[in-house]
Amino acid sequence: MTPLLRHHSIIFLIMRRLRAPLILLISILAVSVLGLTLAPGVDDEGKVHYLSFFHALYFMSYTATTIGFGEIPYAFSDQQRLWVTLCIYLSVIGWAYSVGTVFALLADRSLQLAIRTHRFLRAVKRLREPFYLVCGYGETGRLICSALDQLGYRAVVVECDEVKAGEIDLHSYRADVPTMCADARNPDLLQFAGLTHPYCIGVIALTNDDSANLAIAIAARLLAPKIPALCRAETPETAANMASFGTRYIINPFEKFAEYLSLALHAPAAWHLLTWLTGLPGTTIERERDPPPGGWIVCGHGRFGRVLVQAMEQESAVSITIIDREPSDDPHHRWVQGDGTGAAALEQAGVREAAGIIAGTGNDVDNLSIAVTARELNPALFVILRQNHYANHSLFEAYDSDVDVVPSEIIAHECLAILTTPLLVPFLNEVKRRDEPWCAALLDRLTGRFGWQVPSVWSERISFTQAPALHHKLMHGATIALREILRAPSNRDDELACEVLYLHRDDDDHLLLPDPDTEIRAGDELLLVGRQEARHEFDLTLSNEHALTYVLSGRDLPGGWLWEKFSRDPVASPAPHER
Amino acid sequence: MNLEKVIFGFFIVLAATLNFGFFVGDIDDPSHHDIYELFAAIVVSLIATVLKFGDRTQIGAVHLATSLVADLQLIAAAMVWGYAAHVSAGGVTPEMVARVVSLSGGALFANVVSVAILIAETIMQRR
Repeated sequence: MTPLLRHHSIIFLIMRRLRAPLILLISILAVSVLGLTLAPGVDDEGKVHYLSFFHALYFMSYTATTIGFGEIPYAFSDQQRLWVTLCIYLSVIGWAYSVGTVFALLADRSLQLAIRTHRFLRAVKRLREPFYLVCGYGETGRLICSALDQLGYRAVVVECDEVKAGEIDLHSYRADVPTMCADARNPDLLQFAGLTHPYCIGVIALTNDDSANLAIAIAARLLAPKIPALCRAETPETAANMASFGTRYIINPFEKFAEYLSLALHAPAAWHLLTWLTGLPGTTIERERDPPPGGWIVCGHGRFGRVLVQAMEQESAVSITIIDREPSDDPHHRWVQGDGTGAAALEQAGVREAAGIIAGTGNDVDNLSIAVTARELNPALFVILRQNHYANHSLFEAYDSDVDVVPSEIIAHECLAILTTPLLVPFLNEVKRRDEPWCAALLDRLTGRFGWQVPSVWSERISFTQAPALHHKLMHGATIALREILRAPSNRDDELACEVLYLHRDDDDHLLLPDPDTEIRAGDELLLVGRQEARHEFDLTLSNEHALTYVLSGRDLPGGWLWEKFSRDPVASPAPHER
Repeated sequence: MNLEKVIFGFFIVLAATLNFGFFVGDIDDPSHHDIYELFAAIVVSLIATVLKFGDRTQIGAVHLATSLVADLQLIAAAMVWGYAAHVSAGGVTPEMVARVVSLSGGALFANVVSVAILIAETIMQRR
């Protein structure tokens, strides 16, 4: 369904439809008035009197609108009454027809669509704050939109399913989310939805159709090459195609999970650190047990199973057995042909000696059945469950698996990590390179300080626009260490509840977990982790000169230019030769 | 031949001719200006305006604008006449008639522009 993009002015559409009723009304009024001026009446002296146009129009106006003030200026003659009777019926028909047309017009789908499209275009055009263009409001889209909303970013949604698009109005977002019900494959439409809008800071293609995501990726690459495009791709072919024209972020939920799983198998602490840092804001990560090495059974060798087997092969401590209904197409692994939901196939695959099982078929009921049967045979089994449809989530919650694989959540996590904190990806890559004890120590320290609730992770750039106060001070030659600004602006004896994880310098230099005594330079980019309140306080310190001076020196600046001039305090006036 | 075009052209030209018919004659002589003709001119002009609704082309917009001007002038003329006949003490004096007729003269100019556009449009299409 393509919207009526050319109907930018709905008024023309309405006017065109109202032509017939308006002409009918004018004609009826004209005929009635003319007839009234021609019908002979009698005045109070018994002489013949004709109504003037003025009186006739006045009389018809209040008669046709059913107000009815009576016969003026003299009581009517029978000829006049005969004509007025006719006029009354004529005008009723005229009004009934006109009103009926207006209501039919208001109920008209094409007009409603035109009005909605018009409103959407206006809402997008009027956006004056950074926003993300989200294509596809499925399970993932919903997660991303609510996370963006919580983080204080605006979103514009394009969704082709009317029912899902309608859900957005029911969902209580803090900020208004302009929504258009249309096919995102249309590049014109993407432009109307804000792809080329100066405040658009990213495109997220999350439709469940790979070809649509590809179309969005191409449109984003050609029409708005500067903004990042995040695209979901479920087949390797699509991913390769997207990569071929330079889409920077391609997210395949299965590959992402396989990557996590192999990380979890050889470095559990790094894995926990990663899930803790990239969790959805406002949720708490429960520390699950770590996936054990040993024999693993993979049920279902489809898209998901294949990727997992490939990833787990790399781990030397893991041996894999595959259960699938199809005959073996993988000569390198032990293959049991059969139904994983039954005990026979599981026994044959050696479930009693196995360390873990992955129920990874495309059918949710099958997956649950596999998990329940396998646990009965071996209660110590580590169970990884793949959940295909969100509708079944209550079943998956009721069953206590070790890890639930929900593709929509994986995509949402990944998108948020990329979008909101660009420095997180290099930090996580660095973490993956470190050894296990280092990760475990960092995880213990951070969760000991901030708890297992997903922390706020954000980036700060020491630039003129983002940290004006600090940038100003640094440009005037001040030397400031990290330790000095990580203090609360309300009381500088309190440390802020946040920590710097990563420091990126313009000259490609970077520091992992920089020392508190590290000197800050203008242009640095910091990755911080901590509580939401600490983020607000830190933002205040960076942008407000008074707060910064207090945090650094403990002095309150006199407010206003005049007092600053009068004040002889050398700290108060930001002199160029300071320190 | 297109019936819609016939009706459209008919109303535009009729609005102009009725307007002209009311306008000709001595400007302050009531017997030269029939009030029924003014009434007909107003009704036809209103219908012509509605017929022009909903055309988004440039020419359509100018058409609509000229019609709106004609309506405005004619309705103003009718109001002056109504004031003279019913409200003012002097009645329909030659002075008042001159006012009514000069207003309708303005409307006539707008109607002439409308007809000129109609002709230009027809010549442009060459079909």
